[in-house]
Amino acid sequence: MIKVALIGAGKMGISHLSILGAHPDVDLVGACDTSKMITDFLSRYGKFNCFTDYQKMVDETKPDAVFVAVPTKFHYPVIKYLLEKKINVFAEKPFCLNAEQGLELIALAGKQQVVNQVGYHNKFIGTFSEVRKIVNSGALGEIYHFVGEAYGPVVIKAKSETWRSDPSEGGGCLLDYASHVIDLINDLLAPVNSVKGSLLKSIFSKNVEDAVYALLELSNGVSGVLSVNWSDETYRKMSTTVTIVGTKGKIVSDANELRVFLKDANSLKGYSKGWNVKYITDLTEPVDFYLRGEEYSAQVDYFVKAVAGKVPNSINTFQSAWYTDNAIELIKKSSK
Amino acid sequence: MERILFGDNQFFAVNHISDEKSRAQSIKFREDSAIIKTLDEARSFGINTFMCTTHDRIANICEIIRNDPEKYKDFKIFPCMPYAHKYANAVTELGISGTIKQYVPGNLFGTMLKGGVAYLSKDFLSIMELLIDAEMKMFKGVNTPVIFLQNVITDLFLGLRADEMLVGFYNHVKKKYNAEAGFITMNMPKLLDVLERNGIENPIICSSINKVGFRMSGGIEIYEEILKTRKLRAIAMQVLGGGAINPKEAIEYVCGLPNIESILFGASSKANIQNTIENIHHFDLAKV
Repeated sequence: MIKVALIGAGKMGISHLSILGAHPDVDLVGACDTSKMITDFLSRYGKFNCFTDYQKMVDETKPDAVFVAVPTKFHYPVIKYLLEKKINVFAEKPFCLNAEQGLELIALAGKQQVVNQVGYHNKFIGTFSEVRKIVNSGALGEIYHFVGEAYGPVVIKAKSETWRSDPSEGGGCLLDYASHVIDLINDLLAPVNSVKGSLLKSIFSKNVEDAVYALLELSNGVSGVLSVNWSDETYRKMSTTVTIVGTKGKIVSDANELRVFLKDANSLKGYSKGWNVKYITDLTEPVDFYLRGEEYSAQVDYFVKAVAGKVPNSINTFQSAWYTDNAIELIKKSSK
Repeated sequence: MERILFGDNQFFAVNHISDEKSRAQSIKFREDSAIIKTLDEARSFGINTFMCTTHDRIANICEIIRNDPEKYKDFKIFPCMPYAHKYANAVTELGISGTIKQYVPGNLFGTMLKGGVAYLSKDFLSIMELLIDAEMKMFKGVNTPVIFLQNVITDLFLGLRADEMLVGFYNHVKKKYNAEAGFITMNMPKLLDVLERNGIENPIICSSINKVGFRMSGGIEIYEEILKTRKLRAIAMQVLGGGAINPKEAIEYVCGLPNIESILFGASSKANIQNTIENIHHFDLAKV
């Protein structure tokens, strides 16, 4: 059994807690939140050992691993504290509010030799893993363009402001929504190296952007477009799509459906010349406990297994999440 | 419950395998009259139960049904609450307490937030009851013999071990609406254990049941074993495995299982509705 604690029982924290609560190899030793309503609920119903002070929780419960799901601006001090105590860390995304803090935490995690993971769950979606395989196989020829998109109906009218609408606390479409797409591009192709131009548009929000449009160049020289809008009510929920275009083929994939066009026959096993369509149902590994998508359960399970030494700590490391933080910073700079 | 229940995913652009198909559905069903037309087609084949989420647009459908009592006298709705994306999007924007504040009617929650006092069990149950009542408003005057808790909430409580909330839902639905409570889940074996342990016998549980084991957490073998040996009123959903299985084969598998009281499916075309129903009748007869 792995002793796990959680800091920050908001939307993502509660989701992690439920998945952890059902995990057979996890002993949930503590949960920490500043909201009395939340901690009362968790201690009363879930019989969780709840705290309002995370340092006290760590001292008393001595967890092997901690999930950090507090607002992004608190990531740096909280994670640093945990790393200094040699505790394995799963942090929510985005990783840090600036690239410098992230570098310090990466170095510290390396020094302390702890497992570190960030919650970019798209990497545990079967269609996107398949995209990665196809890209790495070289079947698309020379890749020269990509489009990364995400749309959804989060802010569809002017409303009251919360931390999610404060850019200094980690709010806004760039940090919340666009980070997922940037992280996918970083992983599928190569990290973002420079930003040729970007537009951050406020549509309904006063203090943050509701849409992000940018021209990105990656470290391998490939360039493409980022287009993200969380004020688009033509979508029922967040929908993320990547398009990758090469000299010998093209991929269009979202979380449900993968479409691949190949110019040549026999360039890729399991695919034929012309259009190929595969569905998530064929590409998803079943999970033991399902809450809201296999990927959420799979990423938690992967982390637990990494802590137990059963899988390498190679997906969604602090390092890979840092590339995304860095790209976010470049996009912000370019928009000014 | 009737053998065949008609679902609503197709009306609200829920398609588990294709965003493009879901957009096409969203265009096809943009008018309420298109939904009613499809429901009437399903009725013409003898399906009289509509199992639907508490989406805003269902309020309009209920209005049409209420206004034509003669035509819809045998028609039943099984509400499934809540419409999760409404809350999920609100939580991203407003946080958990902000969302509850927005959706719990009256002052109760505001008073609690201010108080700084300990929250009692009954407070959480009261919040849930108020939310249930708010969702049930649109069904006033419509026959709703079974009321369901949506899987994301059932499974959230399950993982958080908040068994009492599941029981609270069961009790409130029974007491206030004189209806049976049903639970939708992606974790049927685990849920059945928890409900039984809390004294809910022979519960109505709607879960993914299909030939390829899609969304059957814990594995298809455990599901089959439970259907053979345990007491529950099972509803099979996602019988096509998200489209992965040939429809005939899919229905043959589900009809061949013991103890499945009802099969839930949705379709947008008359031909598909007819086909599915004929397949179910065919394989049901073959079993007899």
